[in-house]
Amino acid sequence: MRPFTFARANNTDEAVQSIQTSKRAKFIAGATNLLDLMKLEIEKPDHLVDISHLPLKTIEDTEEGGLRIGALVTNTDLAAHPRIRRDYEVLSRALLAGASGQLRNKATTGGNFLQRTRCPYFYDTNQACNKRDPGSGCGALQGFSRNLAVVGVSKSCIAQHPSDMAVAMRVLDAKLETIDSEGKRRVMGVEELYTLPGDTPHIETILKPNELITSVLLPKPVGGKHIYQKVRDRASYAFALISIAAIIQPDGTGRIAMGGIAPQPWRKNEADALLTKGAKAVVDKLMENAQPTEQNKFKINLAERTLEAVIRESRG
Amino acid sequence: MRFFKNINQSRRTFLLTSATASALFSFVKIAKATSMKAPKTHVMNTSEVAMTVNGQKQNLTLDTRTTLLDALREHLHLTGTKKGCDHGQCGACTVLVNGRRVNSCLSLALQHQGDEIQTIEGLGTPDNMHPMQTAFVKHDGYQCGYCTPGQICSAVATLKEIDEGIPSHVTPDLNGKPQLTNMELRERMSGNICRCGAYSNIAEAITEVAGGKS
Ligand SMILES: Cc1cc2nc3c(=O)[nH]c(=O)nc-3n(C[C@H](O)[C@H](O)[C@H](O)COP(=O)(O)OP(=O)(O)OC[C@H]3O[C@@H](n4cnc5c(N)ncnc54)[C@H](O)[C@@H]3O)c2cc1C
Ligand code: SF4
Ligand code: FES
Ligand code: FES
Repeated sequence: MRPFTFARANNTDEAVQSIQTSKRAKFIAGATNLLDLMKLEIEKPDHLVDISHLPLKTIEDTEEGGLRIGALVTNTDLAAHPRIRRDYEVLSRALLAGASGQLRNKATTGGNFLQRTRCPYFYDTNQACNKRDPGSGCGALQGFSRNLAVVGVSKSCIAQHPSDMAVAMRVLDAKLETIDSEGKRRVMGVEELYTLPGDTPHIETILKPNELITSVLLPKPVGGKHIYQKVRDRASYAFALISIAAIIQPDGTGRIAMGGIAPQPWRKNEADALLTKGAKAVVDKLMENAQPTEQNKFKINLAERTLEAVIRESRG
Repeated sequence: MRFFKNINQSRRTFLLTSATASALFSFVKIAKATSMKAPKTHVMNTSEVAMTVNGQKQNLTLDTRTTLLDALREHLHLTGTKKGCDHGQCGACTVLVNGRRVNSCLSLALQHQGDEIQTIEGLGTPDNMHPMQTAFVKHDGYQCGYCTPGQICSAVATLKEIDEGIPSHVTPDLNGKPQLTNMELRERMSGNICRCGAYSNIAEAITEVAGGKS
């Protein structure tokens, strides 16, 4: 691990000031992703701002009937919150399908959104990877790509976004609230947060390096049947091959977002509109312009079959 | 198999190229090196942290890079907590932080200012074992024992999590009280890998402590 200086922030103001210490400074929250990557020298910050003590650990009702979730609320606390369990079940389910009990106790809401890909070539510093080392090539394109993305990809990078939580957040139309070092605040939807790889796969979100996620807003509950279906290589403690977050109303209309198939949680309004026409119509729309590899083209079939199961379950 | 071949080939080509390149350009490299600043890897930053470990106050001055796991093992010599993968993938390093189980390998010690840490040494001693330790012995909940401290810490926390009503992936009704079934135990303990495969005995030990409800 490269050496770094360390500062503990007691409030958001201190955090966004301290992050200006260096261009390579980073926030550290639950540490479950950043520290892992620092050990491998994939991430090399020279200054860390510890935000894990910030007073952003509450979940409060908003005037609109939704919820404001502090960025430092742990994945366990979020999944177990009575209102999340009752009104946003898909979010509880997605969180509980991720990682392990130990990791969920540390992982935070903000950090979960910003966790980096699980592409094996990104993790192996001996391999070419445009995301880790821009311009070095992509080892995955001709390599082991079974887990990687099939849609939204580019010739530079086919990495998938690994978060379960973010897929549920996308289907719930969640928004992130941020503040930067100049004190500027902004609000962005999950669909705005992530950028597609194009030929700059090392850029993953629209966040500035000095921008701190302070909270996540959930709009008022939309009812319906909430389902999170994750398909993985073992029953627990594994990342998704594909996952579906769905909210389906009694009349069969609704919305769905998919995980494991794209560089970001994947949802299209046009696909939502086709839900009553069945799984194939929806998946055809979601997979428009898909560029799967020989090894991961099975995900397209799997997506359709999983959605069929989800739709069936929503009726049952 | 095609992929293996390709990778091997390109790796060999790469090695050859880089060997030639370094032979040719070593002169240039040396010239460059002398003009470079001292490599940053020799810098060590230290910082202080105060935490309570197994009921004792500890003030530590640590290299900022020290994980909670290394602070426990290398600085406080509490070697009961084990390092398996060092990447959050095995659970051998599980300890309790403010009553919650975490992977101590994926946490910086400096982040634990003011925290209460409990390790396997703090749960019980050979003369005064925690009921979970006794149950692991009774049910042979281990073979080599390497994963065991992590399993036991995780198991103690798991029962507490069920008691507090925290749901899991296999809890059928999110709004009901989670039950201590074998399915629940297996899911909740999935963050602790046992290379010896002592799982069924581990489950029996935990079930006994929980009051045999499964
Ligand atoms: C073995 C293993 C298995 C896992 N399995 C799953 C899985 O199945 N599903 C899944 O979804 N996830 C899984 N994870 C990933 C885990 O969910 C993430 O590591 C975690 O959510 C990251 O949160 P954190 O708080 O620890 O982030 P950190 O590691 O602290 O930070 C991650 C990134 O976010 C930035 N950051 C954090 N908070 C903020 C903020 N408030 N504002 C701005 N930037 C911020 C940091 O600078 C850093 O770049 C797994 C992880 C491991 C190690
Ligand atoms: S898919 Fe992306 S992350 Fe994986 S090797 Fe290629 S460039 Fe790197
Ligand atoms: S050593 Fe921490 S999880 Fe393996
Ligand atoms: S007892 Fe050997 S690894 Fe579990």
